[in-house]
Amino acid sequence: MTDVRKVLIEPIVDNNPVTLQVLGICSALAVTTSLLPALLMCIALTSVAAMSGAAISGIRNRIPNNIRIIVQMTIIASFVIVVDQMLKAYAFETSKQLSVFVGLIITNCIILGRAEAFAMKNGVGMSFLDGLGNGLGYSAVLIAVATSRELFGAGTLFGYEILPLASNGGWYEANGLMLLPPSAFFIIGLLIWAVRSARPKQVERPEYQIHEVHRTEVL
Amino acid sequence: MDAYINLFIKAAFVENLALTFFLGMCTFLAVSKRVETAVGLGLAVIAVQFVTVPVNYLIYQYLLKDGALAWAGLPDIDLSFLGLVSYIGVIAALVQILEMTLDRHFPKLYNALGIFLPLITVNCAILGGSLFMVERQYDFGQSVVFGLGSGFGWALALIALAGIREKLRYSDVPDGLQGLGITFIIVGLMSLGFMGFSGIQL
Repeated sequence: MTDVRKVLIEPIVDNNPVTLQVLGICSALAVTTSLLPALLMCIALTSVAAMSGAAISGIRNRIPNNIRIIVQMTIIASFVIVVDQMLKAYAFETSKQLSVFVGLIITNCIILGRAEAFAMKNGVGMSFLDGLGNGLGYSAVLIAVATSRELFGAGTLFGYEILPLASNGGWYEANGLMLLPPSAFFIIGLLIWAVRSARPKQVERPEYQIHEVHRTEVL
Repeated sequence: MDAYINLFIKAAFVENLALTFFLGMCTFLAVSKRVETAVGLGLAVIAVQFVTVPVNYLIYQYLLKDGALAWAGLPDIDLSFLGLVSYIGVIAALVQILEMTLDRHFPKLYNALGIFLPLITVNCAILGGSLFMVERQYDFGQSVVFGLGSGFGWALALIALAGIREKLRYSDVPDGLQGLGITFIIVGLMSLGFMGFSGIQL
């Protein structure tokens, strides 16, 4: 039971794939201008991660070692096609907004990374949970970024008005920069800063330091 | 000709894959610590992008598109749902072929690129380039120029970031921002800079 909790909960803050392992950032930045596409992207990625983890783990003993990457890619690509077709069938408008980024789940390093690092060594159930946990960790970052970008950039959440805009007679002056690409980088940078200040163990050591003793060692 | 130059500039600067579409971010952040490796990876990406986008165009146009199999007497077949698997297969195969060719004929370049060549298969800038080509319905000439331009833009951004990060080693960065955090802030600033190119047309 503790194992299950560890595999499922740990990737959300303590070992988050985006802020700590630097995986799968491409889509984390691109689909976060508003909350609805971000949420759909989270669901798509989490389900692909969980299902491909389970599938790859299921046949892990039959995959020849030297062609394993291509086998993993094919399995992942098949699940992505299923998810892509489902989105086109049931949420066509949002799937247009997501444009190429659903397809790019194939090359999202979280999925291949977990397949390679976890699913190839562990049982089906645990691999499913590991995919789920990492998907949720990714979703946590995505939703945090999307919420701040939509709220401060357009004054809305899920398209409903939260902060009445000055242009519509309200009081909030929309921050247009939030809707442009650079803000996504800044928000993730600040998010990493916040997470690492709360969890000092995750701080990276500098390659080169000016003072002989690092500040953290003095404190 | 003007249209092609325009498309090149648009693909390389205005719609830079790394800085406006966030593609290939994982490699972008991981391999930008030193300028030399960044140059190597940048060249490899330009080469692969230049080949894969047109090849995927031909595959989409003559095998996958709705009615594309008309030349084989099968006009009613629409295989476009197979797109994702085919593109990633083509990319993996081409990277492999490129690797073998370089190894055989240009061993120096091959050694310089080293580990980065196989890694390009999972670089989303490459797959993203092919998917954009399909979504924006480029023709053959346009897809060649788009492949070259987008690869060039990605390499340029990577090398610039590597240059900044080399200098950054000597600065005193707050603890939590060390490494990944400050890199994101820099990339954000670079992205702001590249926004200055928007609206440029020849």
